[in-house]
Amino acid sequence: MRFALSEDQRMLQDSLAKALVDVSPLDRVRRFAADPADTAADVWQALAEFGLPGIVVPEAYGGLGLSMLEAALASEALGAAVAPVAFLGSVLAPLALVRAGSEAQRAEWLPKLASGEVLAAAAIGEPIAGARDGAGLVAKAGKLTGRALFVPGGLAAGLIVAADAKGGLHLVRGDAPGLTRAVMPTIDDTRRLAELTFADTPAEPLTSNDALAALRDAGWVILAADTLGASQAMLDKAVAYAKERRQFGRVIGSFQAVKHLCAEMAAELEPARALVWYAAYAFDHAPEEASLVAAHAKAHLSEIGRFIARTSTEVHGGMGITDLLGLHFWFKRIGQNRQLLGGPEKVREIAARVQGLIGA
Amino acid sequence: MDLTLTPEMAAFRDEVRAFLAAHADDYAAGAPKDVKAWQKLLIEHGYAARTIPREYGGYGAEPDILKGRIIAEEFIRAGAPRGIANQGVSMLVPTLLEVGSEDQKRQWIGPTLRGEVIWCQGYSEPGAGSDLASLQTKAVEDGDDFLISGSKIWTSTAHVADMIFCLVRTEPEAAKHEGISYVLFSMKTPGIEVRPLKTMTGQAEFNEVFFTDVRVPKANVVGGRGRGWFVANTTLKHERGMLGDPNATEARLNSLVEVMKTETVGGERIIDNPLFRDRLMALQARVFAMKFNGLRLLTAAQTGEGAGLAGLIVKLQGCELNHQIAALAIDALGELGILYHEGQHLRAKGNWQRSYMFDLGLIIGGGTAQIQKNIIAERGLGLPREPSPAKA
Repeated sequence: MRFALSEDQRMLQDSLAKALVDVSPLDRVRRFAADPADTAADVWQALAEFGLPGIVVPEAYGGLGLSMLEAALASEALGAAVAPVAFLGSVLAPLALVRAGSEAQRAEWLPKLASGEVLAAAAIGEPIAGARDGAGLVAKAGKLTGRALFVPGGLAAGLIVAADAKGGLHLVRGDAPGLTRAVMPTIDDTRRLAELTFADTPAEPLTSNDALAALRDAGWVILAADTLGASQAMLDKAVAYAKERRQFGRVIGSFQAVKHLCAEMAAELEPARALVWYAAYAFDHAPEEASLVAAHAKAHLSEIGRFIARTSTEVHGGMGITDLLGLHFWFKRIGQNRQLLGGPEKVREIAARVQGLIGA
Repeated sequence: MDLTLTPEMAAFRDEVRAFLAAHADDYAAGAPKDVKAWQKLLIEHGYAARTIPREYGGYGAEPDILKGRIIAEEFIRAGAPRGIANQGVSMLVPTLLEVGSEDQKRQWIGPTLRGEVIWCQGYSEPGAGSDLASLQTKAVEDGDDFLISGSKIWTSTAHVADMIFCLVRTEPEAAKHEGISYVLFSMKTPGIEVRPLKTMTGQAEFNEVFFTDVRVPKANVVGGRGRGWFVANTTLKHERGMLGDPNATEARLNSLVEVMKTETVGGERIIDNPLFRDRLMALQARVFAMKFNGLRLLTAAQTGEGAGLAGLIVKLQGCELNHQIAALAIDALGELGILYHEGQHLRAKGNWQRSYMFDLGLIIGGGTAQIQKNIIAERGLGLPREPSPAKA
């Protein structure tokens, strides 16, 4: 029994973090945020060389063939760097194909996803979190009609995995007729969301009916890990600032009022790391627990992420709320992760259901 | 990450399970019928005093953190009581093993493990709480003895204890941390008065102890004169680990789940009320986080890597979580939750309220939450200490 990252996993964390310092420093994130035409193709290309788009794609299809834990570690690194990358689809689309696709569908898409040549998005929010503003998709005779909201990576995706209102999964090509896309401006300018409209849009059904639950669990783990990374970055920044900023003739980190805020953030974050690791591990190795721990990881990281986001900002004092410092990119990223694929209340409701505390 | 057990460990787990099944009659009500007999049985099988050498009355196994963990888990699963875990066993024995003389080890460890000698801990004083090293109980030399005078507080088992392990100031001229000695003496020694300290629970879980010229041989010092602060610190870390044990917290959460599944209000189960259910799920997530954090600490201890922040936060978070679980249980019970003492509607003997109050004491005791935050910030995050007023 060993509850720790392996040497390889630590190396993945370190090398990815270092690569992101080069390819996605805060200046690069700012340029992306300010320019709607910027697709951060350079960042994506660098990460593709790293193998990130194919992290969970089986090796037989040109991917790295790694587990959900490695995918979570990658997501954590992206969150820590507030990287302008829609990673969620890069995990969920291959999983949908592996778990519920035909051999022909896998052979067609997985190699292109693994190389990063085709970007993927998952439009699965409505059947998981509930439909807003009358959204939702209806499947009929190989075609999808309706709207899917809040789709990360949906603007540029060449392949969309879409869930209809009954939970059935479909593959939609980026150039399919009747598919239109519109940006949904959100607080988080580091990852753009799309509203996708389908009008009798051709869609290939996937075969398995229970794959949506697996996609949901994986999505929760990936979002929780992104928040973990962003929260750790905010804690680190608060501690560094508290060691350097002087008032009343002392560094502010020597005042217990400030020191205790930092301790509270660390006390919340450190056990949450173990929760995310376990949720990712369970996805592959403990299927009977996977949904419950993924739900708890998503909901709990959302809660402590919010606490850390506001507390770190407070430790920074007035500078914390300025655009100049840029702390707000992390603050907003955490805020966006919280609502995607269900806010904490919704996710906890599902947590109660999957362990049989209330009826299905 | 690999949470599967090796065949050796799986066999060990089965062995523990078989033992617990075979002796289920000895602890039918969750408590042993005969505490000393149960303890003896556990030591014989290596489920108590596992790594303590045989010559001192233990089982004499090589330290194996995972086996220790398996034993703990299986006992919780079976609802079986662990062996004696009083302050003598959990704090004095490790201290003697680490720094005691051969005579002290032979004299005290065996009887303490067998439950024949009950100890109390004389650390805190009315004027020395968080700032424990400022303690003033003095030990004045008188030939081969010390004469001890002063008082201690929060001494949980003083009223039943045979012996005390006590911090006293033997070197009044030395610096604060260097004038303290760790001494052992009998609670029957003339000059000791024990007064129960009743708390908000209505019970006296603690005592105050007063010493007036209590005569103690100098040979009863453990670890050397003036070394008491360092001796005590070798075991205070064990106490901080004990307070906030995630296994105990998980067991408590499971009891709360049962309460919410079985209790009804207006015919509706509490668990079917979305507000209560949401609070329960939020706590369950926290319990899970602490449980997996505990597994991470276990591996860190096995591999000898430092646990860092993951270890430093356990007391703070674990005690807070226990308190919140009791709070939710009280709220779920509503008006039933305020019943106390006795009566036909009383639930769980009033233990949720008792825990809610007693656990607040545990948030304060063993290093207050505020002291824990200083430790986390200073040792874990490298933030500077508050400048001392004397130097400012």
